[in-house]
Amino acid sequence: MDSEARPVHADVTLTVNGSERRLRVDTRSSLLDVLRETLGLTGSKKGCDHGQCGACTVLLDGRRANACLALAVAHDGAEVVTVEGLAADGRLSAVQEAFVENDAFQCGYCTPGQLCSATAMLDEARAGWPSAVTADVSRDPFLDDAEIRERMSGNLCRCGAYVGIVAAVRDVAGETNRAARDPGAVAERIKEASRT
Amino acid sequence: MRPFVYERPANVADALELHRDGALYLGGGTNLVDLMRLGVEEPTRLVDVSRLPYGEIEVRPDGTLVIGAAVRNSDLAADRTVRETHPMLAQAVLMGASGQIRNQATVGGNLLQRTRCSYFQDASKPCNKREPGTGCPAREGEHHNLAILGHSPECVATHPSDMAVALAALDASVRVRGRDGERTIPFEEFHRLPGGEPERDSNLRDGDLVTAVEVPPLAMPSRYRKVRERASFAFALVSVAAAVRTVGATVPDGEGGVVRDVRLALGGVAHKPWRCRRAEDVLRGAPADEETFLRAAEAELEAAEPLRDNAYKVPLARNLIVRTLLDLREAS
Repeated sequence: MDSEARPVHADVTLTVNGSERRLRVDTRSSLLDVLRETLGLTGSKKGCDHGQCGACTVLLDGRRANACLALAVAHDGAEVVTVEGLAADGRLSAVQEAFVENDAFQCGYCTPGQLCSATAMLDEARAGWPSAVTADVSRDPFLDDAEIRERMSGNLCRCGAYVGIVAAVRDVAGETNRAARDPGAVAERIKEASRT
Repeated sequence: MRPFVYERPANVADALELHRDGALYLGGGTNLVDLMRLGVEEPTRLVDVSRLPYGEIEVRPDGTLVIGAAVRNSDLAADRTVRETHPMLAQAVLMGASGQIRNQATVGGNLLQRTRCSYFQDASKPCNKREPGTGCPAREGEHHNLAILGHSPECVATHPSDMAVALAALDASVRVRGRDGERTIPFEEFHRLPGGEPERDSNLRDGDLVTAVEVPPLAMPSRYRKVRERASFAFALVSVAAAVRTVGATVPDGEGGVVRDVRLALGGVAHKPWRCRRAEDVLRGAPADEETFLRAAEAELEAAEPLRDNAYKVPLARNLIVRTLLDLREAS
């Protein structure tokens, strides 16, 4: 190995599922490899390793991202949530519950990515983001099945569990959609949140 | 992947200084990291420019958008002003890639992403764009999704960006910081046709950093439409960015009126976003009817030189232009 080909290392700090982790990484390491191999969080899956299948989807600074396309070194200081961090206090999240209720998985390989993607996708819709199938992009979206399918299209499932996945997301989208139809519901939600 | 040094410069001057001898700028990395993993790009150093202060969208009093190069694609598409004033731009961004990738990708990186021609992406095959002088297997090989306009014997690759097609139609310009200072490049002069130098995608000079895209106001209905091999998360076979303003009476069957102003660009057909100047010339001042739209599309596509397996793109582009102009006339 000539001197040019020697690995280069760098120090990074990541907050992963709420815990701060200081690591020394090869600059070539993807966030996915660091999560799986260094931190032992094997929930995020390596599917295509080219950003095409979505099995590696995590929440990166609150947004869904493909961990395989993210260089760990470029995300020094980031907050990462993996599928292991979605449940809290021993209770599954609403999205996880809905996946169980709707039989939204089969072999399970794509499921961690689907769960992270769905969680963030609902936040995106709540924030009023349009999608490629939103007829009028100037309006806030209503999450019908076409919207859910389009927004989840970055996550492939080779078993074909899509029908269950769409049903699960639709179940959790109920509140978002009530808000999209009725602005008063948003005020109600804020009131409710401030009580708890 | 070949080892590389990672740098995160604090300001643009440091970024320009670090961008030397085999270095590349890193934005969101959604294309570059993939190309490094494929062995297509082998930078010795990555200069991460994603945290430089180019992450804002400014709206000037006259309605011009100044979109920072580090703005994430998803933030551009979600921006309320962009959605209301330049809907075709929001639509084009939303039709590119997946939600995850749009969250990571940046505007500057989007302009500079490389072709997805399968020979370019396969480091074991010859490719004039990757390794000048080695040949172009795509011309006789797998080219069903490649160029029909402006290609050369050296290269038949297409530019993959949807956003750039909208920007071409919108008369945008690209703001650049180079070692000799700042300058602005009109969008049509930013990307290149392959000619004898297909390895050069753009007219940037060595070390140039894209800092922003400027988009003038648009006072007409607009739309981006894309045809691909599956319903979502795929590159365009053909896409069209169109804006049209008609004046005069429109009778109930939809006929009538005259085209006052029009902008038209095609994606998926050439080495760069293809601004349809010939079609626009036919349309401006002409009756806003299907016959004119067809004549305009055919005038543009007269220059098409389809290959063995991609001749279907000519009628596809023609029909897409006509259908989109008809839809926009209803909205005009």
